[in-house]
Amino acid sequence: MGEILNRWHRALREQAPVALATVVRGPGVGDKLLVTPEEHVGSLASRDLERAVVEAARGMLEGGRTGLRHYGPEGQRRMEDVEVFIQSFAPPPRMYVFGAIDFAGAVARIGKFLGYRVTVCDARGIFATKERFPFADEVVVAWPDEFLKEAEVDRRTVICVLTHDPKFDVPLLKVALGTEAGYIGAMGSRRTHNRRNERLLEEGVTEEDLKRISSPIGLDIGARTPEETAVAIAAEIIALRTGHSGGRLAERDGPIHAPPEETASR
Amino acid sequence: MNPVVEKVAGWREQGKKAAMATVVQVERSGPLGAGTSMAVSEDGEVVGSVSGGCVEPAVFEEAMETIETGRPKLLTYGISDEEAFGVGLTCGGTLHIFVERVDW
Repeated sequence: MGEILNRWHRALREQAPVALATVVRGPGVGDKLLVTPEEHVGSLASRDLERAVVEAARGMLEGGRTGLRHYGPEGQRRMEDVEVFIQSFAPPPRMYVFGAIDFAGAVARIGKFLGYRVTVCDARGIFATKERFPFADEVVVAWPDEFLKEAEVDRRTVICVLTHDPKFDVPLLKVALGTEAGYIGAMGSRRTHNRRNERLLEEGVTEEDLKRISSPIGLDIGARTPEETAVAIAAEIIALRTGHSGGRLAERDGPIHAPPEETASR
Repeated sequence: MNPVVEKVAGWREQGKKAAMATVVQVERSGPLGAGTSMAVSEDGEVVGSVSGGCVEPAVFEEAMETIETGRPKLLTYGISDEEAFGVGLTCGGTLHIFVERVDW
């Protein structure tokens, strides 16, 4: 096995960030670099091209992006002679599920299915157990807001608040709104939702911030069981990420697939 | 863990030749995004996919040839032309797929 394949394989196993850059058109087609935040393996036809591609690959790796970049033979920008495909492999995005109820088990399971690294958190140790959440990567007994303050959150992170108890929800959602999480959903009846919003506004959360919270959580598909509800939540997570409406394809025209995102592979 | 890379690493460990086909660009509507890949071993085993099944048979042939020649290639597949018996996509998008032998 070659050095690049070996290192790539190992990085994916260890969930360490890694990018691959391949010349797909122009001189040196097939040349390949493996790029990590610290070093790179392999070489390209010219030193300057190599330097330019390594720099671009690190930037794309940081943003979790994958796509084509173009250069001159010596790595010049705004030239088209060499086409390089740069692919980022980022660790899986995170899903935090708060409230160790039946719904949380189904949400954790569908989260794993979608490729998230799933953590279930609840303050009550008798409910938050690994036995009850076999699909979660991690089950944490802690006060939800305290836990989230210290947790790793980025733009790909999904936060599902299923506690539907204002005592937990309000402080937790305030912390969630302070993060750059891509999705914040909160479960609850219309009544719970209204009361929770009132409390959040009293606590100084703005109307604008409130709109970031998907509440009541999930798409309107008439879900009843924990599993059906998990599907409604998962579908909403995807629709918000891609900017799609979540309606029926049969009832609209236009392309089916989301416009290509420059997202990382796993 | 990425099943394609896992499989390719296994083949190479056993001393088998292999080729990878990777989607490098999707224009308009396409089922799978850039970075999606499929791999083929010299004895014809396949892992992964590059579309909704439309172009995989053609890509398989191209990959087998690349295993022999070692020459990488950039392929483009567009909408299917049924009358021309062409291989193509039924979704109306265009796929650019890079095929290379794994000797790195």
